[in-house]
Amino acid sequence: MKLVVDLTRCQGYAQCAFLAPNAFTMHGDGEALLYDPEPSDDLRERVLRAAAACPVQAIVLDRGPVEDGSQRAAAAAARRGDMDEEFLRTGRIVIVGASLAGTRAAGALRYQGFTGSLTLIGDESAEPYDRPPLSKQVLEGWVPAEHTGLPRRDAIEADWRLGVAATGLDLAAKQVRLADGSSVGFDRLLITTGVRARPWPNPDEAALDGVLVLRTRQDADRLRRLFAARPNRVLVIGAGFTGSEVASVCRELDVPVTVAEAGPAPLVAALGGGIGAIAADMHREAGVDLRCGVMVTALEGENGRLRRARLSDGSTLDVDVAVAALGGVRNVDWLEGSGLAAGPWGVACDAGCRAFDANGLVTDDVFVAGDVARTPQPLFGYELLALEHWGNAVAQAEVAAHNMISDEAHRWPHLALPVFWSTQFGTEIKSVGVPNIADQVVVAQGSVADRRFVATYGRRGRLVGAVTFDQSKWLEFYGRQIERGAAFPPASRTVDQPDRLQPSAAEFPTRPIPTQDATVVLTGHDPAERRATLLPS
Amino acid sequence: MVTTAPPSVFAQILDYANRADPYPLYAELRKTPVARQDDGSYVVSTYQEIVDLLHDPRISSDARDAGAADAGEDPSGVPPAFIRTDPPEHDRLRRIVNRHFGPPHTPGRVDGMVPDLRRLVTGLIDGLAGQPEVDIVDQFAYPFPVTVICELLGVPREDEPRFQVWAQALVDALDPGTGDPAERERKRAAATTEMGLYLAGLVEAHRRSPGPDLLSALATDDGPEGRLTDIELLAAATLLLVAGHETTVNLITNGVLTLLRHPEVLERLRRDPDLAIHLVEELLRYEPPVHFLPNRHALDDIEIAGTTIRGGAEVVLVLAAGSRDPEHVHDPDRFDPDRFNPDRFGLARDRDQHLGFGGGIHYCFGAPLARLETQIALAELARRLVNPRLVVDPPPYRTNPVLRGPRHLHVAIDDITPAPD
Ligand SMILES: Cc1cc2nc3c(=O)[nH]c(=O)nc-3n(C[C@H](O)[C@H](O)[C@H](O)COP(=O)(O)OP(=O)(O)OC[C@H]3O[C@@H](n4cnc5c(N)ncnc54)[C@H](O)[C@@H]3O)c2cc1C
Ligand code: HEM
Ligand code: SF4
Repeated sequence: MKLVVDLTRCQGYAQCAFLAPNAFTMHGDGEALLYDPEPSDDLRERVLRAAAACPVQAIVLDRGPVEDGSQRAAAAAARRGDMDEEFLRTGRIVIVGASLAGTRAAGALRYQGFTGSLTLIGDESAEPYDRPPLSKQVLEGWVPAEHTGLPRRDAIEADWRLGVAATGLDLAAKQVRLADGSSVGFDRLLITTGVRARPWPNPDEAALDGVLVLRTRQDADRLRRLFAARPNRVLVIGAGFTGSEVASVCRELDVPVTVAEAGPAPLVAALGGGIGAIAADMHREAGVDLRCGVMVTALEGENGRLRRARLSDGSTLDVDVAVAALGGVRNVDWLEGSGLAAGPWGVACDAGCRAFDANGLVTDDVFVAGDVARTPQPLFGYELLALEHWGNAVAQAEVAAHNMISDEAHRWPHLALPVFWSTQFGTEIKSVGVPNIADQVVVAQGSVADRRFVATYGRRGRLVGAVTFDQSKWLEFYGRQIERGAAFPPASRTVDQPDRLQPSAAEFPTRPIPTQDATVVLTGHDPAERRATLLPS
Repeated sequence: MVTTAPPSVFAQILDYANRADPYPLYAELRKTPVARQDDGSYVVSTYQEIVDLLHDPRISSDARDAGAADAGEDPSGVPPAFIRTDPPEHDRLRRIVNRHFGPPHTPGRVDGMVPDLRRLVTGLIDGLAGQPEVDIVDQFAYPFPVTVICELLGVPREDEPRFQVWAQALVDALDPGTGDPAERERKRAAATTEMGLYLAGLVEAHRRSPGPDLLSALATDDGPEGRLTDIELLAAATLLLVAGHETTVNLITNGVLTLLRHPEVLERLRRDPDLAIHLVEELLRYEPPVHFLPNRHALDDIEIAGTTIRGGAEVVLVLAAGSRDPEHVHDPDRFDPDRFNPDRFGLARDRDQHLGFGGGIHYCFGAPLARLETQIALAELARRLVNPRLVVDPPPYRTNPVLRGPRHLHVAIDDITPAPD
């Protein structure tokens, strides 16, 4: 039996951990849930209970063939409009990138009644798997790296071409070229090639034994083995989410770890300096040797093995493992020369997931979803944003799939507010909206000292984001407030409100910021009903 | 000519005459998702609006905060239990009690109760043997969860007749419909005091010689956030005893009633006991034990569904109406035992969730236990009752509109099959 927990939806109710304690465990004293994606068969009844009990139905199970959803498929068909029936039966859809977004889109296409030919092309030879557990329960050693397969893959009838990369796209001929020299023709194409880890920039140093990145199953497995061998010290380069999670696991395993972060605090890019300072405290309380404002200038080895690191403050550090957690590089190389608007920023597309060509014209038959996509955010001046979040990949894949088999009048816009989570130091950190365009931040509920609070982010007097530490049951409320263009700082009386709401600077690293003069509100819950509305100023 | 205004929809719901089938009235109620009542309170009946308010930090469950003239010391001398408090107090109290009940500190406790639950169910069903007609309420659905909560808390089962009276008074106090409010309130305070005194004696005894039960753990253990004060402990124990006492009985009874009204589902359950796992979720949606939450108020103005709930106003969340909202649930008046089959989750955006246990920070504390109790009870009853038939339909209901359920459920049976080994 396989399962995945949609932690974007999970609100930490712990019903699963009560009913199947060996498959789901709560860490810390809050809402941090870790789970075994392939629990053993003797837990079957318990896991069923857990999945049925989850109040937000966040647990997606795979215990064999999916029962027929014809009733809903019919409802979906009604919402599709009069798409060419011929295409639904005999059309050819190709998906490049067979991971989270690709698999979800394939499932949605089949579920919504597409019976034509479906091909998934993926350069990883393993079956599609889920990445978030890699930096958490897998590194910790609780769950083997191979036990992260995405559920319900087998149920998707498709031609799975795994282990072969796409190397080119011929838009005129509607063909995808593959590394094995063959080509696959399509009527509609979905690009879900995601990102890869940004490697350590010096290739010789990157090649040293003990220098790693973390993006794939193999990465996670190698790292887990190194951790299990109890290194004298691990160096984590970069204190973003992945780096922080790796450091957290090191401490859990009682492995000494140094984190080197060029910015003033961990997670600054996502949470800003003010809230980042709280994350810094969490690192230090857990025993991480956190060094902010320093860069790693060199990694040195002996006999091909990593031995030490040099830092920009002149110090050196003896380490035997270094994890470069420097963010991602979008997998667009194969699109070079294709005529699509693909570049280091990803593949730009409209809110309906249709790719732009290099002229900025929207294409009709090429769609994009997941980490590689760059989509307009109406709430944020229609700026094109790439969101490397699990929940975004899932939501966008579903919208893309729907639109690929719907007529113009029945297309959905991908207007889901960005949401993500991170599990570290026994705390569940969640974010909604786009905090990093904010100029101010204020803790609106809870207590920073207890590490249980809601921070709200404002930009020019409007709420644009919220971040919770072990307070995810409030997240949706703030998401709704953001959609409605609520005022910042929050003016209402709430429970658990600090005595005074005194906003301070959000302290995000400077970056180009979109203009946000027009007021846009989002409405609707179902993707079919989601709408953005421009309000007269 | 003087005409009296017809009673509001909500007043009709409170009327005992409509207890057996309030659902058409709920449909009526949903036409105004957030309906202001003559007394200034707001009744909320649609799914999305209820969910929103359950997660809205501008809603308080703490009557002491209401700024009402009578705010202050409770006449019972016992402070509100965590169900009637707000964060941060609520979260702290709930966490401390949970330390001894569930994860992360005591992850295996509820799961570990399964063998005991099976044993109790088997014993109670054995006791039905040889009777052509049984009352599911008095002979099964009531004694079972009461025994469970007593064993869990460490309350002597034989004291049940004593605290049953107090529990009844506390539950009656939730009913806004009947009797004189002042009298109800006086009875509630008196029952709270008496229950508190009774439990205080028990806690003292458990502190002297602790057992494996929850009261002993709460009375003796010092977690990182400290121990509950004696009076906090009494409040929590009262809450658990009452909540564990007056709710599951209705879920089990409603379950038997619904299965007898849907014999094909009963037959399926007989053959496939696993069906009970998700069937219970549909029951919580279709015939929930808790019909509405009467004890909340707005801390500030709240704009919702085109209405503004005024700060300070009482807010009633009609969970049972929300769970049957056709805007949210497909074909809501149909009992569909497969609606919550987990195999369906995550496919497209299924939204068939229910409000049976509330939501947000006050989400039912005992939900994992109540689910297990009901799953085991229904599966075993389905398997062992031979040819069960309803004697009267609808059955007589208890008066309470909040905790709604049959007072008796008479069922004719041919026989009881022997217990499994
Ligand atoms: C360690 C880790 C932890 C994470 N934790 C969290 C978390 O806690 N919360 C959160 O919200 N998100 C988290 N994420 C992010 C989340 O996993 C991603 O958002 C998600 O995987 C995106 O899915 P995707 O399908 O768009 O892209 P990917 O998962 O990157 O998949 C793209 C696939 O396409 C393949 N591919 C690339 N180029 C080609 C080509 N030319 N031909 C064929 N195939 C190709 C790739 O090999 C890959 O298999 C985490 C990610 C990692 C790596
Ligand atoms: C089927 C049976 C049950 C149902 C339908 C049910 C329903 C509910 C609901 C709807 C709430 C929310 C109250 C609110 O938000 O104001 C709640 C809270 C609560 N329930 Fe249950 N309950 C059941 C069984 C139990 C059991 C068996 C226990 C005890 C072991 C229990 C203990 C509690 C407690 C302590 C709360 C308060 C939680 C808080 O405020 O944080 N319940 N229940
Ligand atoms: S919300 Fe669901 S998945 Fe999350 S902890 Fe609760 S039961 Fe588990």
